[in-house]
Amino acid sequence: MSNTAGSVMVFIEQNEHEIADVSLELVSEGCCLAKKLNVPVTGVALGYEIKKKLEILGGYGCSNVYYVCDKRLNHFSSAPYAKIITHVIKKYKPSIVLYGATTVGRDVAPRIASMLKCGLTADCTELDIGDYSLKGKKYSNILLQIRPAFGGNIIATIVSPESSPSMATVREGVMKLAEYDSAGQTKIINEPFKLPESDFLTEVIKIVKEEKKVDLKSAKIIVSAGMGATSPGSLDLVKKLAQILGGEVGASRPVIDSGMIDKDHQVGQTGITVRPNLYIACGISGQIQHCAGMSESKRIIAINNDADAPIFNIAHYGIVGDLNEVIPKMIKAYKANI
Amino acid sequence: MGFRMIVTVKQVPDTHNITENTMKKDGTVNRAALPAIFNPEDLNALEEALKIKETSGGIITVISMGPPKAEEILKECLFRGADDVILVSDRKFAGADTLATSYALSCAIKKIGEYDIIFCGRQAIDGDTAQVGPQLAEKLDINQITCVREIIELTDSFVIAKRAIKRGYEIVKSKLPVLITITGDANEPRFPNVKRVMMYKKIERKLEQKPDRKLPAKTFQNNMLEYIKEWNISSIQADPLKCGLSGSPTKVKKVQNVVLTTTNRKKISDTDAGVCELINGLIKEHIIA
Repeated sequence: MSNTAGSVMVFIEQNEHEIADVSLELVSEGCCLAKKLNVPVTGVALGYEIKKKLEILGGYGCSNVYYVCDKRLNHFSSAPYAKIITHVIKKYKPSIVLYGATTVGRDVAPRIASMLKCGLTADCTELDIGDYSLKGKKYSNILLQIRPAFGGNIIATIVSPESSPSMATVREGVMKLAEYDSAGQTKIINEPFKLPESDFLTEVIKIVKEEKKVDLKSAKIIVSAGMGATSPGSLDLVKKLAQILGGEVGASRPVIDSGMIDKDHQVGQTGITVRPNLYIACGISGQIQHCAGMSESKRIIAINNDADAPIFNIAHYGIVGDLNEVIPKMIKAYKANI
Repeated sequence: MGFRMIVTVKQVPDTHNITENTMKKDGTVNRAALPAIFNPEDLNALEEALKIKETSGGIITVISMGPPKAEEILKECLFRGADDVILVSDRKFAGADTLATSYALSCAIKKIGEYDIIFCGRQAIDGDTAQVGPQLAEKLDINQITCVREIIELTDSFVIAKRAIKRGYEIVKSKLPVLITITGDANEPRFPNVKRVMMYKKIERKLEQKPDRKLPAKTFQNNMLEYIKEWNISSIQADPLKCGLSGSPTKVKKVQNVVLTTTNRKKISDTDAGVCELINGLIKEHIIA
């Protein structure tokens, strides 16, 4: 019935009629996977009056979008979203389905996985296609879902060989956005679906926007504090260096957990993935969970008094020393230049 | 008034405090070297239920799936004010992924009987998946509100809650029953009550082969709980094929101790001269403006 069976499908998330960045990133990544499988990339979108907006997907390599249009789907609602996406998956039989690990994706994907009784892996940092053997049976060309586990201390490769589709969520900023190709086109297919009013179990009363105080994702320079920089004096130095260099302040998870710095500043697997021109890690030991979120920075400076700290493995410039002395020296050197 | 509440909790290895000793040479985790703790956001879920019990009355049943040792956190729940605690434990549950876990929990909750709200922590720190809550809601065929940071209003028929979204929050209303996942910033969990610690520190566990427990009244007679209920796979009449490893669609292909590394490493001296050279170089390259 459909020529897209076996496709790599991406859940196209929209918030107030705007397609989420993470969905475009996943279409880009989906293309890499689809190429290896020789299948198309498809999308499933829910909303109202977003048809025009969906056209952009063609430029990233999405060939078909199955679009369920209903005014009541304008805003996310767990039960109806799960029901519709499950229906589309059953009908078009993708082999892989990807979701943004957003407050929408992380809410709806598990519910869908439960309905389909299929595997779902949260917060993947890498996806690939490969083989797997289980009890003498070989499974070829299945999705390898790679993610940090155990608080980010190990990296696990997860597969779901016996259930279909394989599903994964990925955080925003983890996959790279492909170059936009203005010649690319996507076919938008209206998918009719009747939803009784009784399916809408959640009523949205109000949406309140809170401005983020920091924008780590687009920062060119980030100065980050780890547990080695949590004395009041050190923390002030980190903030001062960030301010002088025109950068933002980041922090590792333990610092965020301790409540010393607001959650919006968290860099890492469970925080924000960043790729600034310069990342200065102050007193950060370098657990995988942190490094996974900043290792692609163009340049990394690490300051730590422990010469064996793993952060030095990924730092382009390693300074073994007391950050309370090193940071003032950096400030002095910078000021001397301007 | 009064509400019938169920809270799901998990005992987890303290992954936030990993030291060198906890990683084995082959890159796997030496679980034995890690202290087992009450999953932090599950304490927030319990606290939310306790707050409701204080203001509106009700009964709190806490349920945990895990090895016998997990009774430790159920005791912690009793110390803080839970009315009834159940340990769902069986070797056949071992190796369960989130789907198999939510299945077993759903079987157990069906044995508990009627309820108004299920509270879960948003996620557990050993996996950070946040999947069991929504999957449990689906298996029980009830609505879910995830990432809740505040319960604004609760009546006999509906709940209004503040849910965290990407840029801010939304206020949503749902009919009961509903499953709610609670985030760490929702509240400040209380400490154990000394009187209750004395009451329950020696409480023992007892296997119930055929649990017969319907929640009759919305307020609990303040009788002391006699024992921690232990339910196994036959107590909850779960299908063994849907439990543990065999009920888990996800398999671990491999685990590695990934060492991120760059080939382009340079040691910089912490002296004035060393730092100065580094900064000047970065300015020349326009990395720093």
